[in-house]
Amino acid sequence: MIFFFQMLINGIVVGSIYGLVALGFVLIYRASGALNLANGEFVIFGPYICLMLMTALQVPFLVALLITLIFSAILGLAVERIVVRPLQNAPVISVIMATIGLSSLLAGAVHMIWGHSTKTFPPVFPQTPLNIGGIIVTPVYLWSFIVVLVLLIIFSIFFKYSKIGLAIRAVADDQQAASSMGMSVKFVYAATWTIAAIVAAIGGVLIGNINGVNPTMASIGLTVLPVVILGGLDSVIGAIIGGFAIGILQNMAGGYLDPLVGGGLKDVVPFIIVLLILMLRPHGLFGSRGIERV
Amino acid sequence: MLRINNLEVVYQKIIIALRGISLDVPEGKIVALLGSNGAGKSTTLKAVSGLLAGDGGQIIDGSIEFQGEVIDGITPDALVRKGIFLSMEGRRIFKGLTVEENLTAGAYTRKDRLNIKGDIEKIYEYFPKLKVLNNRKAGFLSGGEQQMLAIGRGLMAKPKLLLLDEPSLGIAPLLVKEIFQNIKKIKQEEGMSILVVEQNANVALSIADYGYIMENGRVVMHGESAEILANKDISEHYLGIGNENSGKEKAFRRRQRVVW
Ligand SMILES: Nc1ncnc2c1ncn2[C@@H]1O[C@H](COP(=O)(O)OP(=O)(O)OP(=O)(O)O)[C@@H](O)[C@H]1O
Ligand SMILES: [Mg+2]
Repeated sequence: MIFFFQMLINGIVVGSIYGLVALGFVLIYRASGALNLANGEFVIFGPYICLMLMTALQVPFLVALLITLIFSAILGLAVERIVVRPLQNAPVISVIMATIGLSSLLAGAVHMIWGHSTKTFPPVFPQTPLNIGGIIVTPVYLWSFIVVLVLLIIFSIFFKYSKIGLAIRAVADDQQAASSMGMSVKFVYAATWTIAAIVAAIGGVLIGNINGVNPTMASIGLTVLPVVILGGLDSVIGAIIGGFAIGILQNMAGGYLDPLVGGGLKDVVPFIIVLLILMLRPHGLFGSRGIERV
Repeated sequence: MLRINNLEVVYQKIIIALRGISLDVPEGKIVALLGSNGAGKSTTLKAVSGLLAGDGGQIIDGSIEFQGEVIDGITPDALVRKGIFLSMEGRRIFKGLTVEENLTAGAYTRKDRLNIKGDIEKIYEYFPKLKVLNNRKAGFLSGGEQQMLAIGRGLMAKPKLLLLDEPSLGIAPLLVKEIFQNIKKIKQEEGMSILVVEQNANVALSIADYGYIMENGRVVMHGESAEILANKDISEHYLGIGNENSGKEKAFRRRQRVVW
């Protein structure tokens, strides 16, 4: 039973990070209909930069994180400006293809700059594990979860009540009508790419603190796909719940089934689940076909 | 206030929608733009508010002036900030946003953020139905309610020039009269100018100072509203206002025009 809870907690924490990263993915999809297949590379750039600042320049973690987020914001803005905006009037598929190209480019850059060995973060969070009723929780898990939770709350308030949040939702709903309100579609696109890059970097830094940093972390970009498809591509809440679901199931599969089959199932399970769900609910658990009232 | 000179617009580089139209909206006046389906009314409004590009349209000749400044080529959001607001054809409310959020969206470019709450209440006075539904997702409103919301959203912008594209679409006839009276009242209170496109020519001309009639991308006639209404030929021929037995003749004339 303890083992079960252990796996559950790991799953919840990793899942919450998936949810956070997926949020950025969903945001871009909702605003422009494009899938950002370079999302995984957005995830790895963050921890590498943060780590570099901390080890090479001895910058304290919080400062390093802040600089990392600024850098990520610039990365997101630059990608929108250089890759996405020129394709604004092209079919969405062109944007998706461009992000695939971007993904190889960024992946190559990561290999070139940082190599491919696993690097570990210097201890950022307290090291002594907490014992909650027999279940061992490492502080880094607890802190990651708290950080994600706080961010998700901030983002929901931002989307619901801020002016930019309103514009993002309006553009997602009806782009031409939104511009007729005086909302700048370009600005909204830039905002969504920036937010996506920032949440990806935060997710990356958290996972980097848990597992160490190496280029295969980009595969989280791929894991996020089942998460958003599960939640329904266009649903922010769905992305978060999908994140938890995939995180938990993945860890359960890793804990219980991998020893039986000799490993490897952990990475496949999300895709199997998504396949099953999509057979039953083509629009995902929370996705909509859009409200239609005639 | 608004002056359109010889404007020509094409879609997809080949479909000609406007063939050189000119019209004027004087300060503080209501101007009605009438005409048959496909005449180019919506295209005219979209050209003024800079929204043609989104539909693959483009101005190839002529100019648009607003308060003495040439405005073609300016981005839609800059035009809204200058005080031109289009309430688009077919409601186009944000389905996933609540009624209140839709109204707030209308005020997006306004600087006086503190007055917005009060202005929303004003809209609720004009359209009490919306107040009851204020927290409902707009997509779940009935067609007529959505249209009221679309008009309300336009009023929230407090523009200098309000462009309305078929505001009466889908609204019960009795309510149409009331809404148009409201529009006129608000115009006077806020000192707006209005250019309104309508199928319901009678109602539109009843509040408008001036009317233009379009056919096939051109203005075929214009004049004081009262004149247009008084001229039986025009109102029967172009606007379908008239008594029962004129129907046949009208159908005949239409066919003739098509052949020609
Ligand atoms: N997006 C578009 N792409 C191509 N052609 C278009 C487009 N929109 C309009 N047109 C064409 O331009 C012409 C004028 O259309 P417009 O929408 O301005 O007419 P309208 O006077 O508003 O008609 P209605 O009363 O039916 O709304 C029509 O022939 C129409 O087919
Ligand atoms: Mg029209």
